[in-house]
Amino acid sequence: MDGMAASDGMDGTDGMDGTRGTVAGGDELIVLEELEKVFRVRRRAGRFRRTRSEVRAVNGISFTVRRGEMVGYIGPNGAGKSTTIKMLTGILTPSGGRLRVAGIDPQHERTRLARRIGVVFGQRTTLWWDLPLRDSYALVRRMYRVPQARFRENLERCVELLDLAELLEVPVRQLSLGQRMRGDIAAALLHDPEVLYLDEPTIGLDVISKAKVRSFLRELNAERGTTVLLTTHDLTDIEQLCRRVMVIDHGRLMYDGGLPGLYEAGAGERQLVVDLEREQPPISVEGARTVRVEGPRQWLAFPAKASAAPLVARVAADYPLLDLSLREPDIEDVIARMYASGDGGGDGPRAAEVPVAG
Amino acid sequence: MVKVLDGLRGYGLIVGMWFRSTLAYRASFLLTTLGNAITSWLEFAGILIIFSHVDQLGGFSVGEVALMYATASCSLGLADLFLGNMDQLGARVRDGSVDTMLIRPVPLFAQVAADRFVLRRVGRIVQGLLVLGWALAQLRPGWSVLEYALLAGVIVCGAAIFGALWALGGAFQFWAQDAAQVQNSVTYGGNRLLQYPPTIYGTELVRGVTYVVPLAFVNWVPLLRLLDRDDPLGLPGWVDFLSPLVAVVMCALTALLWRVGVRSYRSTGS
Amino acid sequence: MRMSGLYRAVAGSSFRRYATYRVATAAGVFTNTVFGFFMSYTFIALWDQRPGLGGYDQAQALTFVWVGQGLLAATAVMGGGFREELQERIRTGEISIDLYRPVDLQLWWLAVDLGRSAFQLLGRGIVPVVVGGLIFELALPTDPLRWLLFGCALALGLLVAFALNYLVALMAFWLMDGNGLNMVSNLLGMFCSGMVMPLTVFPEGLGTVLQWLPWAALLQVPADVLLGRYAGGGAFAVLLFPLLWAVALLLLGRLVQAAATRRVVVQGG
Repeated sequence: MDGMAASDGMDGTDGMDGTRGTVAGGDELIVLEELEKVFRVRRRAGRFRRTRSEVRAVNGISFTVRRGEMVGYIGPNGAGKSTTIKMLTGILTPSGGRLRVAGIDPQHERTRLARRIGVVFGQRTTLWWDLPLRDSYALVRRMYRVPQARFRENLERCVELLDLAELLEVPVRQLSLGQRMRGDIAAALLHDPEVLYLDEPTIGLDVISKAKVRSFLRELNAERGTTVLLTTHDLTDIEQLCRRVMVIDHGRLMYDGGLPGLYEAGAGERQLVVDLEREQPPISVEGARTVRVEGPRQWLAFPAKASAAPLVARVAADYPLLDLSLREPDIEDVIARMYASGDGGGDGPRAAEVPVAG
Repeated sequence: MVKVLDGLRGYGLIVGMWFRSTLAYRASFLLTTLGNAITSWLEFAGILIIFSHVDQLGGFSVGEVALMYATASCSLGLADLFLGNMDQLGARVRDGSVDTMLIRPVPLFAQVAADRFVLRRVGRIVQGLLVLGWALAQLRPGWSVLEYALLAGVIVCGAAIFGALWALGGAFQFWAQDAAQVQNSVTYGGNRLLQYPPTIYGTELVRGVTYVVPLAFVNWVPLLRLLDRDDPLGLPGWVDFLSPLVAVVMCALTALLWRVGVRSYRSTGS
Repeated sequence: MRMSGLYRAVAGSSFRRYATYRVATAAGVFTNTVFGFFMSYTFIALWDQRPGLGGYDQAQALTFVWVGQGLLAATAVMGGGFREELQERIRTGEISIDLYRPVDLQLWWLAVDLGRSAFQLLGRGIVPVVVGGLIFELALPTDPLRWLLFGCALALGLLVAFALNYLVALMAFWLMDGNGLNMVSNLLGMFCSGMVMPLTVFPEGLGTVLQWLPWAALLQVPADVLLGRYAGGGAFAVLLFPLLWAVALLLLGRLVQAAATRRVVVQGG
């Protein structure tokens, strides 16, 4: 179902654009080359003195996303995810590098770009608080100049798939978080965007709402070929939706590839979970390092190739051990490990918020 | 030009949404409308109270002061109606609304201007026009059509200058988000200043609002000419007609600063 | 006794919270000072022609202006206190959580508001008066007793200000959106307290009525005490005026609070 994309190309705007020539191939929708964003911050140092410093929120990121791809963009808080998305949508101006979305430079043609992309921010709504949901959609139709027939068709589809029929006449302030998120997603799609950016689309949602949102996104991508770029903390989102994952930390791209590759990259370690009799400072044993402490429970990481037996013996000898279990690496650990190894630079804005003590 | 039309269209659409939103709370809508109407009248009541004790203030009669009050009110009212929420830009930056505005296909300026639009702001303009009528009835100036046209021009240019100051303050909030109050002391404070004749203020102050923050061109300078009064600063006669130029320069300056502001917008760290 | 400790702590944290809004405080001081200037020039022009108007000489009239600007934030006549916050809690329904807490709603918010006004008295009140005093000739007294009486009148005035704002805030239980009422309330506050012009300068009948309304306790009464309009025993007697209004309005606040609480319970919060 690539009809949409094709019809969009035919309106001529694409071809006229001088930037087109440098973007190779027709199906590369998003192109980043050494993209940078530097914030200058002033910090209070003492009572009157202030120091100025630079924070490289995005530090030279390059990637391309093809039409119809569904990409997960993940990383800890402050890693530069949101900053990247904000540059892609034209909210923030890049400090350096090159950026094209559908052949458009977001910085210089923000409003033209806005007609061709859809954005959903998980933590804030674009809907009108005091008005019925339907009114927000009517505004989208007029603001984006969506032809009436097309609008009706898109709305019907979203209403059906996102289960909005009962909610259309309800003022947005009376919707639950999950209902509002579904409403927001529909609002971002009524003008047939080529790309959909989702920033934490499942944050704070209950299990059923999450499932609904995910199945809708899958369908959207499969049937309409809409390109989807999503940031999330919920790795189930990624596992269920994305064939391609990009991991970012300290403003740099740490990994770009398929999910299986991500598992491989992190398969270097396994974890031993031990339950002690009481809370203790992190265990120190040879051949393993403590990566997480939660009350009397501690997580020890050790090389995947090594045997667990001697490690267990050592812990049991020195500590009041109650119970233990072995964990094979999962995606969360893999990513946590990536963050940890990227920690060396240390000039990032915030420390990685991952449960790694090292 | 297309961009301007797009902006106006988007402005209209968003204003419509806000208008319907305010109707969601009817009782409050009625009360605020009423409140707005009374507020502006109370300001004027202050002037009338003063003139219940004196015949002239700074050498100006009640009709002349009412004319200053009315022109300042109309100009501020117009600016407030169209750009009223510029002073809240800092708050919108902080709560992240600016992000959601920037993903819409409408120029940001139009969206910020339309943000939280309330129709009750028309109240100040209506009241200003009523006082204007009253002032002219008091003065019976015997003006020709040309002078009345000039008076209309004063109000429009004044609105442009106030509007530019408002937007200038708004643009400044891309950097300093808590500065709304300072901006209000220029706009609302300026309004309070211009409601009374320049002769009651110190010369230094009048110089300041002529050369530094050109508030004097909102109404003082052209009105003194219309009323055949001497300019307290003794400026050459042609200065009296400079208001349109001042308005244009101010608007250009604002447009420039606004662009730089949007460019350096940092969003909220989420 | 443990409860009083709690309210002290609440007031203290409210004070510190407002102390962190440095830029807003500085901007507010700037605005108050600018308006003080404009009003001073108007008053000078008026008192030049009518010395002794309203029973004040020019220096006293200017003192009235600057004390008024100094108290504008502390009395929250233009809003900016706890009122909007309480209304928001009522509007969003979070108030039902507050009602289940083992603290008294009115005392809690009183503590919050006193903490705020104490800070704004210092942070927003002193600088405008000092600037006004440097530029214009003011009639500030040197007699410590008069400052003490002024302090008492001011404290009672702040209680009245709280009680009035509390009543307005509670109306949100019935109106949901408080903006309209706030606007009318700000208006009455500005006009009837003497912030626009001393009440004694108003046309006779109106002026007399306004001097008996609670808003007079916010500025007119403290300013008159400071300017020495009440001599000897009269200075103590005049304190009864804000005291009685404070008691009456606080009691009324409790009645309305009880009615509002019933409403929440009936609606099922």
